[in-house]
Amino acid sequence: MSHASLTPQRKSSEPAAPTPQLPAPQPVVPTQREISAEISAAHARAAEAVTAGAAPLDHPPRNFAPYRSSVLRHPRQPLVRVEDPEAAELHGPVFGVTDVTDLDADLTRQHLGEPLGERITVSGRITDRAGRPVRGQLVEVWQANASGRYAHQRDQHPAPLDPHFTGVGRCLTDDQGGYRFTTIKPGAYPWRNHDNAWRPAHIHFSLFGTAFTQRLVTQMYFPGDPLFPYDPILQSVTEPAARERLVASYDHALSVPEWSLGYRWNIVLDGPAATLPDPEEGS
Amino acid sequence: MPRPTPSQTVGPFYGYALPFPAGGSPAPAAHPGAVTVHGVVRDGAGVPVPDALLEFWQAAPDGSLTGHPGSLRRDPVTGGFLGRDGVHFTGFARVPTDADGHWTLRTLGPPAATPYLSVCLFARGLMHHLYTRVYLAEPPADALLDALPADRRATLLAGGEGEGVYHFDIHLQGEKETVFLDFDR
Repeated sequence: MSHASLTPQRKSSEPAAPTPQLPAPQPVVPTQREISAEISAAHARAAEAVTAGAAPLDHPPRNFAPYRSSVLRHPRQPLVRVEDPEAAELHGPVFGVTDVTDLDADLTRQHLGEPLGERITVSGRITDRAGRPVRGQLVEVWQANASGRYAHQRDQHPAPLDPHFTGVGRCLTDDQGGYRFTTIKPGAYPWRNHDNAWRPAHIHFSLFGTAFTQRLVTQMYFPGDPLFPYDPILQSVTEPAARERLVASYDHALSVPEWSLGYRWNIVLDGPAATLPDPEEGS
Repeated sequence: MPRPTPSQTVGPFYGYALPFPAGGSPAPAAHPGAVTVHGVVRDGAGVPVPDALLEFWQAAPDGSLTGHPGSLRRDPVTGGFLGRDGVHFTGFARVPTDADGHWTLRTLGPPAATPYLSVCLFARGLMHHLYTRVYLAEPPADALLDALPADRRATLLAGGEGEGVYHFDIHLQGEKETVFLDFDR
């Protein structure tokens, strides 16, 4: 097929067509099918790289186009390696009793009444990659309410706000690296990444280690959520085993009789390499 | 050895959870050594990023890297925030960008041994946070800066804007892309 048949040439004697006054073009909203195909392709590329000998990725690549907001918000230059044992980043901020009140870990007691929804306990241990507990460090959480609505002005989707639920909590880890929150199970909610896009229910976590390099912000998911395969944010983690580490497990022993259902989620922070010899190297 | 928990984006809704009063003002009140550092976070199209969150970590002026609690002092009476105590330097700051993508930090200048502010950047659309550094002045020798070509090095140097005021833009992508760091975690 010649190009001419695709792009008809106007004869020079024809008058130019007047420019039609059309409304501004609407951005093309991808379908779930298109996004899912992009996710599958990205996962296949990641699996091929591992087969070819690359180390499996623990973290999502920053350029994961199925999550459209990432396209203009990731660097194209490679990161610059810092190997300075005196780097300030190998130390980090500390927090203490001044920074947390006892009630902060119970998200169901921040208002006069009880929030609506399924009351849950979320608990686990935070360790570094050597299995050492992260002690006395700040854990922060935030989440949507049971209807899937955030107490945030920018979230205007038509689900009710709950006057008895804000969805913010924090605590300090104990001597074993343990944390524990009482909250309600958040709802799934729609977003505008693509047509009919829904986020699986999740709780946002923010974590500190002993070094600034161990900083982690992530999301905890609930087991068995049927929305997992459709979600480009969870699926941005291309390694299946790594994705599973974002999903809590139901723990019946953690459920409180006639009170709350228990979910356990353990968290492992990165290195840091400067204080952690990697046992997989040089032995 | 356990594998690390993967990162996920901070998303668009952290604003009622993570920022705290005086988060961008770790300098103790009326401290004569306080400096102001400010700038804009931009995406690959040069558009300001209104939903980024910047965290800063640095040594105290005496060189100590131990930090101090009290960045987000809580009020056990009301459940609100008390603000910083006005005396101790915690070494930690947290600032969300405003609707223009702009942020402002009021801190103490870092010591000569670690002459930079460490930055950890989060944003909607960013899957995994990014580290960079702000150097308020070009140090005589610095392992990181000395290894960079001049145009890349310049992205880590704040511009002076008069006494005690510095300007530092962060470009997530593009021709002026900021140098971001990897600590071999």
